[in-house]
Amino acid sequence: MVEIPPSIVASEASSLRVCDVSKEFPAPDDPDVRVLALENVSLSVAAGELISLIGPSGCGKSTLLRLIAGLDVPTSGELLIGNEAITGPSAERGLVFQDPNLFPWLTVRHNIQAGLIACGMLQQKRHEVGEFMRLVGLEGFAKAYPHHLSGGMAQRVALARALINHPKVLLLDEPLGALDAFTRMRMQDEVLRLWQARRTTMLLVTHDIDEAIYMSDRIVIMTPRPGKIERSIEVALERPRDRSNPEFLRLRSDILEFLHFAGNANTAIASASR
Amino acid sequence: MLRPEEKMNAQVNAPVEIIAATERPAVGEVATSFRSNLPKLRLSTLLAVPTAVLIAMAVHLAISRKEPAVETHLYTMFLGSVLGAAILAAVVQGFWSGLRRWMRQMCPIIAAATALLCIWEAITTGLRLLPLPYFPSPAAVLQSMVNDREVLFDSTWHSLVLLLGGYSIGVVLALITGICIGWFARARYWGMPVLKVVGPIPATAWIPLAMVVSPSAVLSAVGLIALAVWFPVTMLTASGISNTRASYLDVARTLGAGRAYLIFRVAIPAAMPSIFIGLFMGLGTSFLTLIVAETVGVKSGLGWYVSWAQGWAEYGKVFAALVIMAAFFSTIMTALFKVRDRVLVWQKGVIKW
Repeated sequence: MVEIPPSIVASEASSLRVCDVSKEFPAPDDPDVRVLALENVSLSVAAGELISLIGPSGCGKSTLLRLIAGLDVPTSGELLIGNEAITGPSAERGLVFQDPNLFPWLTVRHNIQAGLIACGMLQQKRHEVGEFMRLVGLEGFAKAYPHHLSGGMAQRVALARALINHPKVLLLDEPLGALDAFTRMRMQDEVLRLWQARRTTMLLVTHDIDEAIYMSDRIVIMTPRPGKIERSIEVALERPRDRSNPEFLRLRSDILEFLHFAGNANTAIASASR
Repeated sequence: MLRPEEKMNAQVNAPVEIIAATERPAVGEVATSFRSNLPKLRLSTLLAVPTAVLIAMAVHLAISRKEPAVETHLYTMFLGSVLGAAILAAVVQGFWSGLRRWMRQMCPIIAAATALLCIWEAITTGLRLLPLPYFPSPAAVLQSMVNDREVLFDSTWHSLVLLLGGYSIGVVLALITGICIGWFARARYWGMPVLKVVGPIPATAWIPLAMVVSPSAVLSAVGLIALAVWFPVTMLTASGISNTRASYLDVARTLGAGRAYLIFRVAIPAAMPSIFIGLFMGLGTSFLTLIVAETVGVKSGLGWYVSWAQGWAEYGKVFAALVIMAAFFSTIMTALFKVRDRVLVWQKGVIKW
């Protein structure tokens, strides 16, 4: 099990509940037809917990994340942070995409402090910008523009930018998906370090089963058409985790097997044959 | 963006590699200020301008023997001073690498321009290939420019005031309408048809109406120039704003951004490259409108000067005004490029300028 019960460290106010949420979209080719992207999804994330959402493409992982971020509104159901309903985007729920989406017209420093300006807190919290640059190891790059950065560095800036407002929940939408294998493993440790230091509740969407097992307290498996939560698996391994530990490998083959039967067969076979 | 393999490299060698990469341009600039690091100019580059000037001078002296000395004296002096400057520069560049870099770039072009002057003189005064009152020699043009310098200076000043007045009013209005049309769905619905129907009418087509409506010719000219600028700048501002990447807006919202932040700190910076295209197009149409308005309405400025000189059949003055117009407009264009380089400094290295 996880050694530090997260609820002791973080306050209950940063727990997250998704209650029976469904989301419909108009079909891209015919706006009159509705496509069900999420069907009766319920999920409860304790404060300070790190949860991975995995599943084949089209299972609604990103849709769920956008709903939690408040960027979309559910067709039915309710989302709660602590006891408050989510009605729109807010600085208390940070979001990091696969593409770092740094503002290219701002330097690294100004990208990181963008959140402070947006919340009108720049005067009071200016000193924190430097702390966050140090936290993600970018002290020397304050004046660099985003296109000078490598993919890994850009993603670290994106993490710092999302963390500067001290969000209760950090939503990560395949943040490491575009990185090469080597950088990705370093960044996994980096994200874990940030999580352990700050105990932010984290939701990580990923395609990578190893990443999910390596990082999270719990893995939520989703299946497509319509997207729903199929299973939730506790990862009871000590951190730092060893990717070749027999328990790790057993968990990995369990999930693969499950996806093979429950999910999109093609996707599952493709990942199983790796 | 870096390609994947480059990303990998950059990541492996972490900070050092990246610092080197970001600082390289600066290091390069420092290095070129030592003269040993910049290769010497080739002899052909050094000699291009003096040679061209000497040839032009020889041609000029041979041709102008038949001409009255008063009209040719200035041109000889002009060529002489270009020659002097070229020789001085050839000596100084040995110590000054900035000048050397500029010369490497400019020497062939200046030499070619001098050669063109020489050809022009040969076919006008020399061979008399072109009908004379309409095509004076470069010597005659220079002569009229110097003789009429006060009126020319005054005309340039009036044109500048008119152009900058009209351009800045047009840009301010266009930014306001462009941002509204680009951001607010309702402004887009009502504004876009107006823009699409009225915008494409060339501003100069409004001249007859403007003359009737406006109390003074200068005011109507300012209005026409503003209108000419307004259309392209509005169009490109609106399209830049409405094409802001949705993910930038999403990110800003999750950072707690309100509407003002989204418009002024996300959409407008993101639209800047597009806005500058509009500013350049607007500048082009404003030149055109300025000259037409001055020719038909306003009784001052370079456009007025050209038609006035033409009325007196003084084509030397017409050409003189054209030369000044070229210098005037290209200077303003260059100034706008400098502003663009400053504002869009973050694009350096992303796109080819």
